Amino acid sequence: MMAKLRQKAASIALIFGFFVFWELACLVLGVSDIILPRPSQVFYTLFERWPAIMPHAAQTLYTTLVGFAVGVAIGVFLGALVGSSKIAYDTAYPLLVGFSSTPKIAVVPIFVLWFGAGTVPAILTSIAISIFPVVVNVATGLATTEPELEVVLRPLNAKKLDILWNVGLPRAMPYFFASLKVAVTLAFVGTVLAETVASNRGIGNMMMIASSTFNVPLVFAGLFILATLGICLYVGFSLAEKHFTGWANRKSEIVTV
Amino acid sequence: MSKAGSPAWHSACFLCVQEDIGCLVMLREWALRREREQATPVGACTTPQRHSDPSVRDPMIQFESVTLAYGRGESAVQALDKTSIKIGEGDFVALVGPSGCGKSTILKLIGGLISATTGYVFVAGREIGAEDVRIGMAFQNPTLLPWLTVRQNVMLPLKIVQPFRADWTRKRKTDYRDRAEALLAQVGLSGFGDKHPWQLSGGMQQRASLCRALIHDPTLLLLDEPFGALDQFTREELWAVLQELWLTRKPTVILVTHDLRESAFLANRIVVMSARPGRVIEDETVPFERPRTIAMTYDAGFVALNQRLRSLIVEVRAGNEVSLGAAA
Ligand SMILES: Nc1ncnc2c1ncn2[C@@H]1O[C@H](COP(=O)(O)OP(=O)(O)O)[C@@H](O)[C@H]1O
Ligand SMILES: [Mg+2]
Repeated sequence: MMAKLRQKAASIALIFGFFVFWELACLVLGVSDIILPRPSQVFYTLFERWPAIMPHAAQTLYTTLVGFAVGVAIGVFLGALVGSSKIAYDTAYPLLVGFSSTPKIAVVPIFVLWFGAGTVPAILTSIAISIFPVVVNVATGLATTEPELEVVLRPLNAKKLDILWNVGLPRAMPYFFASLKVAVTLAFVGTVLAETVASNRGIGNMMMIASSTFNVPLVFAGLFILATLGICLYVGFSLAEKHFTGWANRKSEIVTV
Repeated sequence: MSKAGSPAWHSACFLCVQEDIGCLVMLREWALRREREQATPVGACTTPQRHSDPSVRDPMIQFESVTLAYGRGESAVQALDKTSIKIGEGDFVALVGPSGCGKSTILKLIGGLISATTGYVFVAGREIGAEDVRIGMAFQNPTLLPWLTVRQNVMLPLKIVQPFRADWTRKRKTDYRDRAEALLAQVGLSGFGDKHPWQLSGGMQQRASLCRALIHDPTLLLLDEPFGALDQFTREELWAVLQELWLTRKPTVILVTHDLRESAFLANRIVVMSARPGRVIEDETVPFERPRTIAMTYDAGFVALNQRLRSLIVEVRAGNEVSLGAAA
């Protein structure tokens, strides 16, 4: 318990130290705020321009989450389909890996071409990015379910769907959450990029405009917002993961109890 | 013939002394069996004796020369060879035999987990998916689902099997929960309902898995060495629980066990299987009246039955040669 607390304190100290170092380095080396603004300037801008930043942040968060939610839903469905049979899994796996290693960023221009500028391409990018990690992980989780566990419900005349629901999906949960954490951070990247390329709203757009007017502290404020949103979602999913898949990480429990 | 020239006799004596029980009883039983065998027609000696209880009308389980091979081609393992068994509704049958002879395989066939390579398996007159048979199965490994608590594991069949399933959302927090707790208490696991399976010892997991097999009031109970990981005392307590359950609910029970005392205590019939590929080589009716008590397991008749089964299995293990002397 003590060790854990100390480790957390060290993490916070490190983050704090990073900002202090950044601030001091800029001051000592006399770096211009057009090149690299000091953290204090960034925070000041963030505070001062908050009413203007807020709608952009909300837009980005909204776009990302909608795309992410849809992407995860589709991903779980496809993953369940692919993972439910060994043959489907083995057949589809190369294609899935191909898809998920294609940089989805590259499809942004295509979406813009198809759907014009605005929110739609941003959401679609977010969807496209979220789907594949989820599909691959859910499918893997299902396909690697121990036969002993799968067999538990069979003598009870259970339907395939019962087995999927009660054994397959819970068993795939740790894989699913691992993919969520990856997908949500990637989804942000996608949204911001789409906003940068073709949108008049969102943090990406805001940073674009700010950089074109050399308002570098505002650009960094945008980065800071993105980092914060990303961290918050990541932490949220980590907590959910801990709650739902604690059974899969029982080793640590044995040590501490 | 010199005194030293009779190793079979030697080993028989050794066995008696070792087991510390009446040698004479065993000999008498042996003689009686000889007589019975000679009285039956010649063909009956080679084929297993069928259980021909007239009260058995529709067999709950029927195997018709079932062969089962795991895998294909050269690496195939022949687990069962032309096995035929008939088990009546409401019967309690113990399946014994050397390990690896295909006992678990028989249960898997009945439970519908695998299907016969050749031959037929009928459960309640149907080849697969007999609707009105509720199967409760306890696997050789406890196989509790690690993401559920012990109680949730025990309650799982109620979520799947009708008629319980229909009331699942309404009763899972009340009736079903109590039902699970009552069962857990019966096997000595009260207070462990909220634990996760990995927090239990192997024997405790096995008992929880037994509860899971019982909770939906099965009409066909398949138990694969359910007491294997338990100490003698817990085991004997659970025998009583199982006997009680059978006497009140009369499910058809098939119990795979290594423990001959257990088989004779619990079962109406003991089916002995040969070494792999498994075939039925002996089918014994257990005559002792019910309810049976632990004390009865030390009676001469009971011990004699155990002895006889034991020597039979020793025989099949050694490839049908009487080689007790070699071990001694
Ligand atoms: N899934 C499997 N794949 C291959 N061989 C198996 C499998 N399950 C069991 N066997 C083999 O079949 C034989 C019978 O197994 P089993 O029915 O489990 O025996 P037991 O009587 O000990 O329960 C054993 O020799 C075992 O090696
Ligand atoms: Mg076995």
